Amino acid sequence: MLEILQYDFMRNALLAGFLVSIACGIIGAMVVVNRLVFISGGIAHASYGGIGLAFFAGFPPSLGAGLAALISALTMGLVSHSRKHRADTVIGVIWAVGMSMGIILLDLTPGYRVDLMSYLFGSILMVPTSALWTMAGLSLFITALMLIFYKDFLAMSHDEEFARAVGVPVTALYFLLLVMVAMTVVMTIQVVGLILVIALLTIPSYIAEKYSSSLKQMMLLAVVISIIFTQTGIWLAFYLDLTTGATIVLVAAAAFIISGLLPERMIKDKAKHKS
Amino acid sequence: MSQSVIEVSALSFAYNQHPVLENINMQVAQGEFLAVLGPNGGGKTTLMRILLGVLQPSRGEVRVMGSAPGHLPHVVGYVPQSQSTGEKFPITVLETVLLGRLGHLGRWGRFSKTDQQLARQALEDVDMQEYAWRSIGSLSGGQRQRVLIARALAARPQILFLDEPTAAVDQAFHSRFYDLLKEMNESGTTILVISHDLSVLSSHVKAVACVNKNLYYHHAAEISQEMLEKVYHCPVELITHGDVPHRVLRHH
Repeated sequence: MLEILQYDFMRNALLAGFLVSIACGIIGAMVVVNRLVFISGGIAHASYGGIGLAFFAGFPPSLGAGLAALISALTMGLVSHSRKHRADTVIGVIWAVGMSMGIILLDLTPGYRVDLMSYLFGSILMVPTSALWTMAGLSLFITALMLIFYKDFLAMSHDEEFARAVGVPVTALYFLLLVMVAMTVVMTIQVVGLILVIALLTIPSYIAEKYSSSLKQMMLLAVVISIIFTQTGIWLAFYLDLTTGATIVLVAAAAFIISGLLPERMIKDKAKHKS
Repeated sequence: MSQSVIEVSALSFAYNQHPVLENINMQVAQGEFLAVLGPNGGGKTTLMRILLGVLQPSRGEVRVMGSAPGHLPHVVGYVPQSQSTGEKFPITVLETVLLGRLGHLGRWGRFSKTDQQLARQALEDVDMQEYAWRSIGSLSGGQRQRVLIARALAARPQILFLDEPTAAVDQAFHSRFYDLLKEMNESGTTILVISHDLSVLSSHVKAVACVNKNLYYHHAAEISQEMLEKVYHCPVELITHGDVPHRVLRHH
Protein backbone atom coordinates (compact mmCIF):
# COMPACT_ATOMS: atom_id res chain seq x y z
CA MET A 1 0.00 0.00 0.00
CA LEU A 2 2.76 2.44 0.92
CA GLU A 3 5.32 1.06 -1.53
CA ILE A 4 4.10 3.78 -3.85
CA LEU A 5 6.19 6.18 -1.75
CA GLN A 6 9.41 4.29 -2.51
CA TYR A 7 9.55 5.78 -5.97
CA ASP A 8 10.90 9.28 -6.39
CA PHE A 9 8.55 10.00 -9.28
CA MET A 10 5.54 8.96 -7.21
CA ARG A 11 6.58 11.14 -4.29
CA ASN A 12 6.99 14.05 -6.72
CA ALA A 13 3.65 13.31 -8.32
CA LEU A 14 1.79 13.25 -4.99
CA LEU A 15 3.52 16.44 -3.90
CA ALA A 16 2.73 18.14 -7.23
CA GLY A 17 -0.91 17.14 -6.85
CA PHE A 18 -0.92 18.62 -3.36
CA LEU A 19 0.68 21.93 -4.39
CA VAL A 20 -1.49 22.39 -7.45
CA SER A 21 -4.58 21.72 -5.33
CA ILE A 22 -3.88 24.77 -3.18
CA ALA A 23 -3.97 27.10 -6.18
CA CYS A 24 -6.82 25.21 -7.85
CA GLY A 25 -9.03 25.42 -4.76
CA ILE A 26 -8.49 29.16 -4.19
CA ILE A 27 -8.60 30.26 -7.82
CA GLY A 28 -11.23 27.68 -8.75
CA ALA A 29 -13.62 29.23 -6.20
CA MET A 30 -13.04 32.65 -7.76
CA VAL A 31 -13.47 31.22 -11.28
CA VAL A 32 -16.78 29.62 -10.33
CA VAL A 33 -18.35 32.57 -8.49
CA ASN A 34 -17.18 35.07 -11.11
CA ARG A 35 -18.25 32.82 -14.02
CA LEU A 36 -14.79 32.73 -15.56
CA VAL A 37 -14.92 29.05 -16.53
CA PHE A 38 -14.95 29.75 -20.26
CA ILE A 39 -12.08 32.25 -20.02
CA SER A 40 -10.10 29.71 -17.99
CA GLY A 41 -10.65 27.08 -20.68
CA GLY A 42 -9.52 29.63 -23.28
CA ILE A 43 -6.35 30.41 -21.32
CA ALA A 44 -5.54 26.70 -20.96
CA HIS A 45 -5.91 25.93 -24.65
CA ALA A 46 -4.29 29.12 -25.93
CA SER A 47 -1.24 28.29 -23.81
CA TYR A 48 -0.60 25.40 -26.20
CA GLY A 49 0.39 28.03 -28.75
CA GLY A 50 3.18 29.03 -26.37
CA ILE A 51 4.31 25.42 -26.00
CA GLY A 52 4.52 25.11 -29.79
CA LEU A 53 6.45 28.34 -30.05
CA ALA A 54 8.84 27.20 -27.32
CA PHE A 55 9.73 24.03 -29.20
CA PHE A 56 9.99 25.90 -32.49
CA ALA A 57 12.23 28.66 -31.13
CA GLY A 58 14.05 26.45 -28.67
CA PHE A 59 13.19 27.75 -25.21
CA PRO A 60 11.65 25.87 -22.25
CA PRO A 61 8.02 24.85 -22.95
CA SER A 62 6.87 25.85 -19.44
CA LEU A 63 8.09 29.38 -20.16
CA GLY A 64 6.25 29.38 -23.49
CA ALA A 65 3.07 28.12 -21.85
CA GLY A 66 3.36 30.73 -19.12
CA LEU A 67 3.82 33.62 -21.54
CA ALA A 68 1.01 32.49 -23.84
CA ALA A 69 -1.32 32.01 -20.85
CA LEU A 70 -0.51 35.47 -19.54
CA ILE A 71 -0.96 37.18 -22.91
CA SER A 72 -4.19 35.36 -23.71
CA ALA A 73 -5.54 36.04 -20.18
CA LEU A 74 -4.95 39.77 -20.51
CA THR A 75 -6.34 39.85 -24.05
CA MET A 76 -9.48 38.00 -22.97
CA GLY A 77 -9.75 40.35 -19.99
CA LEU A 78 -9.65 43.38 -22.29
CA VAL A 79 -12.24 41.89 -24.61
CA SER A 80 -14.61 40.81 -21.84
CA HIS A 81 -14.31 44.28 -20.34
CA SER A 82 -14.75 46.45 -23.39
CA ARG A 83 -17.21 44.54 -25.57
CA LYS A 84 -19.19 42.39 -23.23
CA HIS A 85 -21.87 41.31 -25.67
CA ARG A 86 -19.55 39.29 -27.95
CA ALA A 87 -16.85 38.47 -25.43
CA ASP A 88 -17.56 34.74 -25.40
CA THR A 89 -17.20 34.52 -29.18
CA VAL A 90 -13.85 36.30 -29.17
CA ILE A 91 -12.65 34.12 -26.30
CA GLY A 92 -13.65 31.05 -28.33
CA VAL A 93 -11.62 32.35 -31.27
CA ILE A 94 -8.51 32.96 -29.14
CA TRP A 95 -8.99 29.46 -27.66
CA ALA A 96 -8.97 27.79 -31.09
CA VAL A 97 -6.31 29.97 -32.69
CA GLY A 98 -3.87 29.46 -29.81
CA MET A 99 -4.31 25.72 -29.95
CA SER A 100 -3.91 25.59 -33.76
CA MET A 101 -0.81 27.77 -33.69
CA GLY A 102 0.73 25.35 -31.23
CA ILE A 103 0.05 22.39 -33.49
CA ILE A 104 1.34 24.14 -36.65
CA LEU A 105 4.49 25.37 -34.89
CA LEU A 106 5.17 21.81 -33.73
CA ASP A 107 4.67 20.60 -37.33
CA LEU A 108 7.26 23.13 -38.47
CA THR A 109 9.73 22.15 -35.78
CA PRO A 110 12.40 19.88 -37.26
CA GLY A 111 13.56 16.78 -35.44
CA TYR A 112 11.69 14.54 -33.09
CA ARG A 113 7.94 14.56 -32.66
CA VAL A 114 6.89 16.05 -29.31
CA ASP A 115 4.54 13.92 -27.27
CA LEU A 116 1.33 15.89 -27.70
CA MET A 117 -0.51 13.67 -25.24
CA SER A 118 1.64 14.68 -22.29
CA TYR A 119 0.47 18.29 -22.68
CA LEU A 120 -3.12 17.43 -23.38
CA PHE A 121 -3.49 15.02 -20.48
CA GLY A 122 -0.60 15.96 -18.23
CA SER A 123 2.65 14.30 -17.28
CA ILE A 124 2.51 14.23 -13.53
CA LEU A 125 4.75 11.16 -13.33
CA MET A 126 7.53 13.17 -14.95
CA VAL A 127 7.42 16.26 -12.76
CA PRO A 128 11.02 17.17 -11.92
CA THR A 129 11.93 18.46 -8.47
CA SER A 130 12.68 21.90 -9.92
CA ALA A 131 9.06 22.16 -11.11
CA LEU A 132 7.90 21.38 -7.59
CA TRP A 133 9.71 24.45 -6.32
CA THR A 134 8.02 26.58 -8.99
CA MET A 135 4.65 25.12 -8.01
CA ALA A 136 5.30 25.81 -4.33
CA GLY A 137 6.33 29.37 -5.12
CA LEU A 138 3.30 30.07 -7.30
CA SER A 139 0.88 28.52 -4.81
CA LEU A 140 2.38 30.59 -2.00
CA PHE A 141 2.21 33.72 -4.14
CA ILE A 142 -1.44 33.13 -5.06
CA THR A 143 -2.35 32.42 -1.43
CA ALA A 144 -0.60 35.60 -0.30
CA LEU A 145 -2.34 37.75 -2.90
CA MET A 146 -5.69 36.30 -1.89
CA LEU A 147 -5.03 36.98 1.79
CA ILE A 148 -4.01 40.58 1.09
CA PHE A 149 -6.89 41.45 -1.24
CA TYR A 150 -9.52 39.07 0.11
CA LYS A 151 -12.11 41.67 1.11
CA ASP A 152 -11.68 43.51 -2.17
CA PHE A 153 -12.02 40.30 -4.18
CA LEU A 154 -15.05 39.41 -2.09
CA ALA A 155 -16.69 42.79 -2.68
CA MET A 156 -15.96 42.66 -6.42
CA SER A 157 -17.26 39.11 -6.82
CA HIS A 158 -20.41 39.64 -4.80
CA ASP A 159 -21.53 43.04 -6.13
CA GLU A 160 -19.27 44.71 -8.66
CA GLU A 161 -21.24 47.95 -8.80
CA PHE A 162 -21.25 48.38 -5.04
CA ALA A 163 -17.55 47.55 -4.93
CA ARG A 164 -16.85 50.38 -7.36
CA ALA A 165 -18.97 52.74 -5.29
CA VAL A 166 -16.95 52.03 -2.14
CA GLY A 167 -13.67 52.60 -3.95
CA VAL A 168 -12.49 49.08 -4.78
CA PRO A 169 -10.27 49.23 -7.92
CA VAL A 170 -12.43 46.64 -9.68
CA THR A 171 -10.80 46.78 -13.12
CA ALA A 172 -7.28 46.34 -11.75
CA LEU A 173 -8.43 43.50 -9.49
CA TYR A 174 -10.17 41.77 -12.40
CA PHE A 175 -6.94 41.72 -14.39
CA LEU A 176 -4.98 40.60 -11.36
CA LEU A 177 -7.43 37.73 -10.96
CA LEU A 178 -6.95 36.73 -14.61
CA VAL A 179 -3.18 36.72 -14.11
CA MET A 180 -3.67 34.46 -11.09
CA VAL A 181 -5.90 32.19 -13.21
CA ALA A 182 -3.16 32.04 -15.86
CA MET A 183 -0.56 31.03 -13.24
CA THR A 184 -2.84 28.35 -11.87
CA VAL A 185 -3.66 27.00 -15.32
CA VAL A 186 -0.01 26.70 -16.39
CA MET A 187 0.82 24.94 -13.14
CA THR A 188 -2.12 22.56 -13.37
CA ILE A 189 -1.40 21.66 -17.01
CA GLN A 190 1.61 19.67 -15.78
CA VAL A 191 -0.62 17.59 -13.54
CA VAL A 192 -3.80 16.92 -15.51
CA GLY A 193 -3.04 18.47 -18.92
CA LEU A 194 -4.68 21.42 -20.63
CA ILE A 195 -7.86 19.59 -21.58
CA LEU A 196 -8.58 18.60 -17.99
CA VAL A 197 -7.56 21.81 -16.20
CA ILE A 198 -11.14 22.99 -16.16
CA ALA A 199 -12.20 19.91 -14.21
CA LEU A 200 -9.81 20.62 -11.35
CA LEU A 201 -10.77 24.30 -11.31
CA THR A 202 -14.51 23.73 -11.26
CA ILE A 203 -15.47 20.41 -9.70
CA PRO A 204 -13.91 20.87 -6.23
CA SER A 205 -15.24 24.46 -6.05
CA TYR A 206 -18.68 23.44 -7.19
CA ILE A 207 -18.94 20.76 -4.51
CA ALA A 208 -17.44 23.09 -1.89
CA GLU A 209 -19.93 25.85 -2.66
CA LYS A 210 -22.83 23.63 -1.64
CA TYR A 211 -21.47 23.28 1.87
CA SER A 212 -20.10 26.79 2.39
CA SER A 213 -21.72 29.94 3.67
CA SER A 214 -18.75 32.16 2.88
CA LEU A 215 -16.24 32.50 0.06
CA LYS A 216 -13.35 31.86 2.46
CA GLN A 217 -14.91 28.59 3.54
CA MET A 218 -15.56 27.64 -0.08
CA MET A 219 -11.90 28.18 -0.97
CA LEU A 220 -10.60 26.15 1.97
CA LEU A 221 -13.01 23.32 1.33
CA ALA A 222 -12.19 23.33 -2.39
CA VAL A 223 -8.48 23.02 -1.55
CA VAL A 224 -9.16 20.03 0.71
CA ILE A 225 -11.42 18.34 -1.85
CA SER A 226 -8.91 18.97 -4.61
CA ILE A 227 -6.13 17.40 -2.51
CA ILE A 228 -8.30 14.32 -1.94
CA PHE A 229 -9.03 14.04 -5.67
CA THR A 230 -5.42 14.36 -6.83
CA GLN A 231 -4.00 11.99 -4.19
CA THR A 232 -6.72 9.38 -4.77
CA GLY A 233 -6.39 9.72 -8.55
CA ILE A 234 -2.61 9.31 -8.57
CA TRP A 235 -2.83 6.32 -6.27
CA LEU A 236 -5.56 4.62 -8.32
CA ALA A 237 -3.77 5.30 -11.61
CA PHE A 238 -0.60 3.72 -10.23
CA TYR A 239 -2.30 0.50 -9.14
CA LEU A 240 -4.65 0.20 -12.10
CA ASP A 241 -1.99 1.31 -14.60
CA LEU A 242 -4.09 4.14 -16.07
CA THR A 243 -3.36 7.66 -17.35
CA THR A 244 -2.99 9.73 -14.20
CA GLY A 245 -4.56 13.04 -15.29
CA ALA A 246 -7.67 11.37 -16.66
CA THR A 247 -7.97 9.18 -13.55
CA ILE A 248 -7.87 12.26 -11.28
CA VAL A 249 -10.62 13.86 -13.31
CA LEU A 250 -12.78 10.73 -13.20
CA VAL A 251 -12.36 10.52 -9.43
CA ALA A 252 -13.53 14.14 -9.31
CA ALA A 253 -16.43 13.38 -11.63
CA ALA A 254 -17.54 10.46 -9.45
CA ALA A 255 -17.52 12.72 -6.37
CA PHE A 256 -19.36 15.36 -8.37
CA ILE A 257 -22.18 12.93 -9.15
CA ILE A 258 -22.33 11.60 -5.57
CA SER A 259 -22.47 15.14 -4.16
CA GLY A 260 -25.35 15.86 -6.49
CA LEU A 261 -27.30 13.05 -4.84
CA LEU A 262 -26.57 14.26 -1.30
CA PRO A 263 -28.73 17.02 0.22
CA GLU A 264 -27.24 20.46 0.73
CA ARG A 265 -26.25 21.16 4.29
CA MET A 266 -29.11 22.71 6.20
CA ILE A 267 -28.10 26.33 6.26
CA LYS A 268 -30.64 27.06 8.96
CA ASP A 269 -28.39 25.43 11.55
CA LYS A 270 -26.11 28.37 11.11
CA ALA A 271 -28.66 30.75 12.60
CA LYS A 272 -28.20 29.12 16.01
CA HIS A 273 -24.53 29.97 15.75
CA LYS A 274 -25.44 33.51 16.85
CA SER A 275 -23.10 36.14 18.21
CA MET B 1 -28.13 78.72 3.18
CA SER B 2 -26.52 75.29 3.49
CA GLN B 3 -23.79 74.41 1.04
CA SER B 4 -24.07 72.05 -1.90
CA VAL B 5 -22.80 68.53 -1.43
CA ILE B 6 -23.54 67.55 -5.02
CA GLU B 7 -22.94 69.83 -7.99
CA VAL B 8 -23.72 68.73 -11.52
CA SER B 9 -23.28 70.98 -14.51
CA ALA B 10 -24.00 70.30 -18.17
CA LEU B 11 -23.85 66.56 -17.62
CA SER B 12 -24.58 64.27 -20.55
CA PHE B 13 -24.31 60.52 -20.77
CA ALA B 14 -24.69 58.29 -23.79
CA TYR B 15 -24.69 54.52 -23.93
CA ASN B 16 -23.51 53.23 -27.31
CA GLN B 17 -24.32 56.56 -28.98
CA HIS B 18 -27.75 56.44 -27.32
CA PRO B 19 -28.31 59.58 -25.26
CA VAL B 20 -29.52 58.61 -21.79
CA LEU B 21 -29.00 61.90 -19.99
CA GLU B 22 -28.76 65.32 -21.62
CA ASN B 23 -27.54 68.58 -20.18
CA ILE B 24 -28.31 67.83 -16.55
CA ASN B 25 -27.76 70.65 -14.08
CA MET B 26 -28.41 70.10 -10.42
CA GLN B 27 -27.28 71.17 -7.00
CA VAL B 28 -28.13 69.21 -3.91
CA ALA B 29 -27.77 71.05 -0.61
CA GLN B 30 -26.46 69.40 2.49
CA GLY B 31 -29.33 67.90 4.49
CA GLU B 32 -31.53 67.54 1.42
CA PHE B 33 -34.02 64.68 1.17
CA LEU B 34 -34.51 64.28 -2.55
CA ALA B 35 -36.83 61.89 -4.31
CA VAL B 36 -35.73 61.03 -7.84
CA LEU B 37 -38.68 60.10 -10.01
CA GLY B 38 -39.14 59.30 -13.64
CA PRO B 39 -40.14 56.58 -16.06
CA ASN B 40 -38.17 53.35 -16.33
CA GLY B 41 -35.33 53.85 -18.77
CA GLY B 42 -35.45 57.59 -18.10
CA GLY B 43 -31.94 57.59 -16.68
CA LYS B 44 -32.52 57.70 -12.91
CA THR B 45 -30.24 54.79 -12.12
CA THR B 46 -27.65 56.01 -14.64
CA LEU B 47 -27.58 59.41 -12.94
CA MET B 48 -27.10 57.77 -9.55
CA ARG B 49 -24.29 55.57 -10.86
CA ILE B 50 -22.53 58.64 -12.25
CA LEU B 51 -22.85 60.42 -8.90
CA LEU B 52 -21.28 57.34 -7.27
CA GLY B 53 -18.41 57.20 -9.74
CA VAL B 54 -19.48 53.79 -11.06
CA LEU B 55 -20.08 55.27 -14.53
CA GLN B 56 -18.14 58.10 -16.18
CA PRO B 57 -20.12 60.94 -17.76
CA SER B 58 -19.69 61.53 -21.50
CA ARG B 59 -19.70 65.29 -20.95
CA GLY B 60 -20.11 67.77 -18.16
CA GLU B 61 -18.82 68.07 -14.63
CA VAL B 62 -19.84 66.33 -11.44
CA ARG B 63 -18.61 67.15 -7.93
CA VAL B 64 -19.50 65.28 -4.79
CA MET B 65 -18.36 67.10 -1.64
CA GLY B 66 -16.00 69.06 -3.88
CA SER B 67 -14.30 65.97 -5.34
CA ALA B 68 -14.77 63.85 -8.44
CA PRO B 69 -17.34 61.09 -7.83
CA GLY B 70 -15.90 57.91 -6.37
CA HIS B 71 -12.97 59.69 -4.77
CA LEU B 72 -14.51 59.94 -1.32
CA PRO B 73 -15.93 56.43 -0.82
CA HIS B 74 -16.21 56.91 2.95
CA VAL B 75 -18.79 59.70 2.69
CA VAL B 76 -21.32 57.83 0.55
CA GLY B 77 -23.64 54.93 1.20
CA TYR B 78 -25.38 53.07 -1.60
CA VAL B 79 -28.34 50.72 -1.77
CA PRO B 80 -28.46 49.32 -5.31
CA GLN B 81 -31.49 47.72 -6.91
CA SER B 82 -31.61 44.27 -5.39
CA GLN B 83 -31.55 42.46 -8.74
CA SER B 84 -28.00 43.59 -9.34
CA THR B 85 -26.49 41.38 -6.64
CA GLY B 86 -25.83 37.67 -6.81
CA GLU B 87 -28.49 35.72 -5.01
CA LYS B 88 -26.62 32.46 -4.71
CA PHE B 89 -23.30 33.84 -3.55
CA PRO B 90 -21.43 32.18 -0.67
CA ILE B 91 -21.42 35.09 1.77
CA THR B 92 -22.97 35.52 5.20
CA VAL B 93 -25.26 38.38 6.14
CA LEU B 94 -22.72 39.88 8.54
CA GLU B 95 -19.92 39.67 5.97
CA THR B 96 -22.10 41.47 3.44
CA VAL B 97 -22.87 44.30 5.84
CA LEU B 98 -19.23 44.53 6.87
CA LEU B 99 -18.30 45.19 3.24
CA GLY B 100 -20.24 48.45 3.64
CA ARG B 101 -17.33 49.60 5.82
CA LEU B 102 -14.88 49.07 2.95
CA GLY B 103 -14.93 52.74 1.97
CA HIS B 104 -13.51 53.64 5.39
CA LEU B 105 -10.61 51.22 5.09
CA GLY B 106 -7.32 51.83 3.41
CA ARG B 107 -6.32 49.31 0.75
CA TRP B 108 -4.25 47.41 3.33
CA GLY B 109 -6.56 47.90 6.30
CA ARG B 110 -8.43 45.21 8.20
CA PHE B 111 -11.90 45.43 9.66
CA SER B 112 -11.68 46.62 13.25
CA LYS B 113 -13.85 46.04 16.34
CA THR B 114 -15.61 49.32 15.53
CA ASP B 115 -16.39 48.13 12.00
CA GLN B 116 -17.87 44.94 13.47
CA GLN B 117 -19.97 46.92 15.94
CA LEU B 118 -21.26 49.32 13.29
CA ALA B 119 -22.17 46.38 11.06
CA ARG B 120 -24.12 44.73 13.89
CA GLN B 121 -25.80 48.03 14.73
CA ALA B 122 -26.86 48.40 11.10
CA LEU B 123 -28.30 44.87 11.15
CA GLU B 124 -30.32 45.81 14.23
CA ASP B 125 -31.55 48.96 12.50
CA VAL B 126 -33.16 46.80 9.82
CA ASP B 127 -34.17 44.13 12.33
CA MET B 128 -32.00 41.40 10.81
CA GLN B 129 -29.58 40.79 13.71
CA GLU B 130 -30.61 37.18 14.26
CA TYR B 131 -29.72 36.37 10.64
CA ALA B 132 -26.09 37.51 10.99
CA TRP B 133 -24.64 34.03 10.31
CA ARG B 134 -27.08 32.98 7.64
CA SER B 135 -25.89 32.88 4.06
CA ILE B 136 -27.40 35.43 1.70
CA GLY B 137 -28.73 32.67 -0.53
CA SER B 138 -31.00 31.36 2.23
CA LEU B 139 -32.88 34.66 2.61
CA SER B 140 -36.07 35.84 0.94
CA GLY B 141 -35.93 38.72 -1.51
CA GLY B 142 -37.23 41.16 1.08
CA GLN B 143 -34.75 40.05 3.72
CA ARG B 144 -31.93 40.33 1.22
CA GLN B 145 -32.95 43.88 0.44
CA ARG B 146 -32.87 44.72 4.14
CA VAL B 147 -29.32 43.40 4.30
CA LEU B 148 -28.33 45.66 1.40
CA ILE B 149 -29.87 48.59 3.27
CA ALA B 150 -27.89 47.63 6.38
CA ARG B 151 -24.73 47.48 4.28
CA ALA B 152 -25.25 51.11 3.27
CA LEU B 153 -26.14 52.18 6.83
CA ALA B 154 -23.00 50.55 8.23
CA ALA B 155 -20.93 53.08 6.30
CA ARG B 156 -22.48 55.89 8.41
CA PRO B 157 -22.63 57.91 5.19
CA GLN B 158 -22.96 61.65 4.86
CA ILE B 159 -24.77 61.14 1.57
CA LEU B 160 -27.03 58.14 1.17
CA PHE B 161 -28.04 56.95 -2.31
CA LEU B 162 -30.92 54.52 -2.59
CA ASP B 163 -32.16 52.92 -5.80
CA GLU B 164 -35.67 51.56 -5.26
CA PRO B 165 -34.81 50.34 -1.77
CA THR B 166 -38.30 49.12 -0.94
CA ALA B 167 -39.15 47.32 -4.18
CA ALA B 168 -38.98 43.91 -2.49
CA VAL B 169 -39.43 44.56 1.25
CA ASP B 170 -42.58 43.71 3.15
CA GLN B 171 -45.16 46.29 4.16
CA ALA B 172 -44.33 46.06 7.88
CA PHE B 173 -40.78 47.13 7.28
CA HIS B 174 -41.79 49.78 4.79
CA SER B 175 -42.92 52.60 7.04
CA ARG B 176 -40.30 51.80 9.66
CA PHE B 177 -37.69 52.12 6.97
CA TYR B 178 -38.86 55.57 5.88
CA ASP B 179 -38.96 56.70 9.50
CA LEU B 180 -35.37 55.55 9.81
CA LEU B 181 -34.44 57.58 6.72
CA LYS B 182 -36.20 60.61 8.17
CA GLU B 183 -34.27 60.23 11.42
CA MET B 184 -30.98 60.03 9.53
CA ASN B 185 -31.95 63.03 7.46
CA GLU B 186 -32.79 65.04 10.56
CA SER B 187 -29.37 64.30 11.98
CA GLY B 188 -27.72 65.71 8.87
CA THR B 189 -27.51 62.92 6.27
CA THR B 190 -28.25 64.00 2.74
CA ILE B 191 -30.54 61.47 1.07
CA LEU B 192 -31.24 60.78 -2.60
CA VAL B 193 -33.80 58.09 -3.21
CA ILE B 194 -35.16 56.63 -6.44
CA SER B 195 -38.58 55.29 -5.71
CA HIS B 196 -42.10 54.89 -6.96
CA ASP B 197 -43.43 54.98 -3.41
CA LEU B 198 -45.00 58.38 -3.74
CA SER B 199 -47.55 57.75 -1.02
CA VAL B 200 -44.93 57.27 1.69
CA LEU B 201 -42.27 59.51 0.22
CA SER B 202 -44.45 62.57 -0.09
CA SER B 203 -44.54 63.04 3.67
CA HIS B 204 -40.76 62.78 4.00
CA VAL B 205 -38.99 64.35 1.07
CA LYS B 206 -38.00 67.98 0.83
CA ALA B 207 -37.53 68.12 -2.92
CA VAL B 208 -38.24 66.14 -6.02
CA ALA B 209 -36.17 65.63 -9.15
CA CYS B 210 -37.82 64.23 -12.25
CA VAL B 211 -35.44 62.50 -14.62
CA ASN B 212 -36.36 61.65 -18.17
CA LYS B 213 -33.26 62.33 -20.20
CA ASN B 214 -33.47 65.85 -18.78
CA LEU B 215 -33.86 66.76 -15.15
CA TYR B 216 -36.49 68.95 -13.52
CA TYR B 217 -35.81 69.95 -9.96
CA HIS B 218 -38.71 70.94 -7.73
CA HIS B 219 -37.72 72.63 -4.51
CA ALA B 220 -40.32 72.72 -1.84
CA ALA B 221 -40.20 74.68 1.39
CA GLU B 222 -42.85 72.46 2.85
CA ILE B 223 -44.59 69.30 1.91
CA SER B 224 -47.88 70.37 0.48
CA GLN B 225 -50.63 69.36 -1.81
CA GLU B 226 -49.06 71.72 -4.28
CA MET B 227 -45.83 69.77 -4.21
CA LEU B 228 -47.61 66.51 -4.68
CA GLU B 229 -49.16 68.11 -7.70
CA LYS B 230 -45.70 68.84 -8.96
CA VAL B 231 -44.65 65.28 -8.30
CA TYR B 232 -47.50 64.01 -10.34
CA HIS B 233 -46.66 66.34 -13.17
CA CYS B 234 -43.65 64.21 -13.78
CA PRO B 235 -43.94 61.90 -16.73
CA VAL B 236 -44.15 58.92 -14.40
CA GLU B 237 -45.46 55.60 -15.65
CA LEU B 238 -48.58 53.96 -14.33
CA ILE B 239 -48.08 53.24 -10.67
CA THR B 240 -49.31 49.78 -9.96
CA HIS B 241 -48.62 48.71 -6.40
CA GLY B 242 -50.01 49.54 -2.99
CA ASP B 243 -52.99 51.80 -2.49
CA VAL B 244 -51.65 54.47 -4.78
CA PRO B 245 -54.22 55.49 -7.31
CA HIS B 246 -53.33 54.56 -10.86
CA ARG B 247 -53.05 57.46 -13.16
CA VAL B 248 -51.52 58.46 -16.42
CA LEU B 249 -49.51 61.60 -16.01
CA ARG B 250 -49.11 64.29 -18.54
CA HIS B 251 -45.74 65.44 -19.78
CA HIS B 252 -43.90 68.61 -18.85
